[in-house]
Amino acid sequence: MSEPSVTLAASGGQAAAQARPDAALSLRGLTVSYGEKPAVFSVDAAFPAGQMTAIIGPNGAGKSTLLKAALGVIPRLSGEVSVFGQPLDAVRGRIAYVPQRASVDWDFPTTVIDVVMMGLYRQVGLLGRLTGALKARALSCLDRVGMASFSERQIGQLSGGQQQRVFLARALAQDADLYLLDEPFAGVDAATERAIIDVLKSLKAEGKAVVCVHHDLATVRDYFDNVFMINVRRIAEGPVATTFKGETLNATYGGRLAATHIDQLNLVEGA
Amino acid sequence: MTALIEALFLQAGYNAALVAVGAALLGFAAGAAGTFLFLRKRALVSDAVAHATLPGVGLAFIAMVWLGGDGRNLLGLLAGSAVTAGIGLLAVEWVTRRTRLSEDAAIGAVLSVFFGLGIVVLTVIQTMSSGRQAGLESFLLGSTAGMLFQDAIVIAVGGSLAVLATWVMRRPMTLVAFDAEYAAANGVNVPGIDRLMMALVMAVTVIGLKIVGLILIVAMLIIPPVTARFWTERSQSLIWYAGGIGGVSGYLGAALSASAPDLPTGPIIVLVAAVLFLLSLFLAPARGVAAAVFRHRRFQRKVHRRQGLLALARQEPIHDELTLRVLRSEGLIRADGVATETGRAQAAKIARDERRWDVAREIHQDTGLTGRYDGLTPIEEIFAPDEIAEFDRRIGGPRAIGEGL
Repeated sequence: MSEPSVTLAASGGQAAAQARPDAALSLRGLTVSYGEKPAVFSVDAAFPAGQMTAIIGPNGAGKSTLLKAALGVIPRLSGEVSVFGQPLDAVRGRIAYVPQRASVDWDFPTTVIDVVMMGLYRQVGLLGRLTGALKARALSCLDRVGMASFSERQIGQLSGGQQQRVFLARALAQDADLYLLDEPFAGVDAATERAIIDVLKSLKAEGKAVVCVHHDLATVRDYFDNVFMINVRRIAEGPVATTFKGETLNATYGGRLAATHIDQLNLVEGA
Repeated sequence: MTALIEALFLQAGYNAALVAVGAALLGFAAGAAGTFLFLRKRALVSDAVAHATLPGVGLAFIAMVWLGGDGRNLLGLLAGSAVTAGIGLLAVEWVTRRTRLSEDAAIGAVLSVFFGLGIVVLTVIQTMSSGRQAGLESFLLGSTAGMLFQDAIVIAVGGSLAVLATWVMRRPMTLVAFDAEYAAANGVNVPGIDRLMMALVMAVTVIGLKIVGLILIVAMLIIPPVTARFWTERSQSLIWYAGGIGGVSGYLGAALSASAPDLPTGPIIVLVAAVLFLLSLFLAPARGVAAAVFRHRRFQRKVHRRQGLLALARQEPIHDELTLRVLRSEGLIRADGVATETGRAQAAKIARDERRWDVAREIHQDTGLTGRYDGLTPIEEIFAPDEIAEFDRRIGGPRAIGEGL
């Protein structure tokens, strides 16, 4: 990475990121608004391939919105999205999305294995058979998140952490190159958090790109290579070691982080 | 009674047989197509769609008469009803998307406006010379009196197409109903799938106008999947269960109404479906009310049994009435509250298992096995005999009650 250590954008849009060839996901001038009030304004970003990036920012800063707009889940007002240098619709099959757990009805009549098989729907199409081999693949994905013995459970009988693991297994079944996760660690138990981070790190080891909306500043340094800081506009992005600092955190959280809290984050003043 | 049996075996005359078969087909199609409507939680949209068919029926009649044809041609009337139902559906969507009104408000507005318009059109038709005998008001609640063979064919063909489309599109519809954001991220056209679901509902509504009528068709779309939900935990089987329940309701309802004079077919079909729903609500094995009460009772007894036995082991007095009753009914204590031989043995066992668990927690600090401790599952179901032997070795030899635990 020959990136500048910190890129503090004075205002969104000026530091127009070129579509870098090594970027798994790049955004240019992405703007999303609910009504007249922009939730994400003119954001440029480049999430590198083969690395793990955290999207951080205060509540209502547009973290989840950024992810959803990048995927076309919610419409964007303007801006361009490219994935591995290509337009979104050409590479859908290479992207796996893990939505927030709260976004679905857990009393839905479906079993754990059926949810994981949903990750294969795109591949098999409308009428393709879900063969034994595909089911075996779904089971191995469940095994990877430690949930193989739960495959026939109705999903409502799982704990929150187990539900999150099933969502991750569904994404694994897609065998994608870019994984986008919306707060995967929110409200899960410690064992699940460890299981998830292990899987994500193994994905990175396989050369996949991982992007997480993340809320726990205390773990950014341990879990991630890069950090993308947003508060409606892009504040900063770059390697954790050089970007995740008091200065940028203050700019992102607007003084809402107490100074003592920033001290506890064990920030290395460098670069 | 014989009339009902005759009707059930299609021996109650040509018209009754035709109605029974048609109602069964309609019920199947409605149940299957309604499944995703129910899963997507948009049941009431179908009510707006159904009421929006009425002006279409009337306008189609007027158009056909003006063109010099027979105003009562069923296909023509159904085509007209589909047009206004589609407009009603788009109106609901438009209001929900473009204004700040929520969907239920949009449904209420569209439903009443279109129904009102339909009643006005029907009244106008009453004043037309050819309109007196039109009998269009039978579309409100259905009328099977003059059902023709070609009407049954319309239901059979339309219903089969609706079921086929439901089956072909089951995967994207499942994705959208379960997790619309994930579906969109996977490139599924969510608004398109939503529109398809509604188109299926519209098709079933239109072909159901003749038998069930527009006011009650929503029941045929929703009651079968809701009923089927009690019997399965998989959305793909839900389609067939709901279809089956709808088909049985249609057939039984039609036979019942044919067995007695002046019983209206559509309402009877809906009542049969409602009876199946109530039976499922109470009797279904996993999700039924009776099963839930039974499970709760059994669990409660288990908890009281354990607490009672622990109290015996610790030689503490028991005051809780239910605990005493449970212990007495299992012969663990005598009527005067003193532990029996079995009771003493069981109490010793349960106290011992508690100590085994204490040891287990020390040994298996991080295996997740100890997380399965609930005080109720026998320890033998969680640990192997050699593991339990190891716990016992650490605790020391077996002890009887009173030796101090």
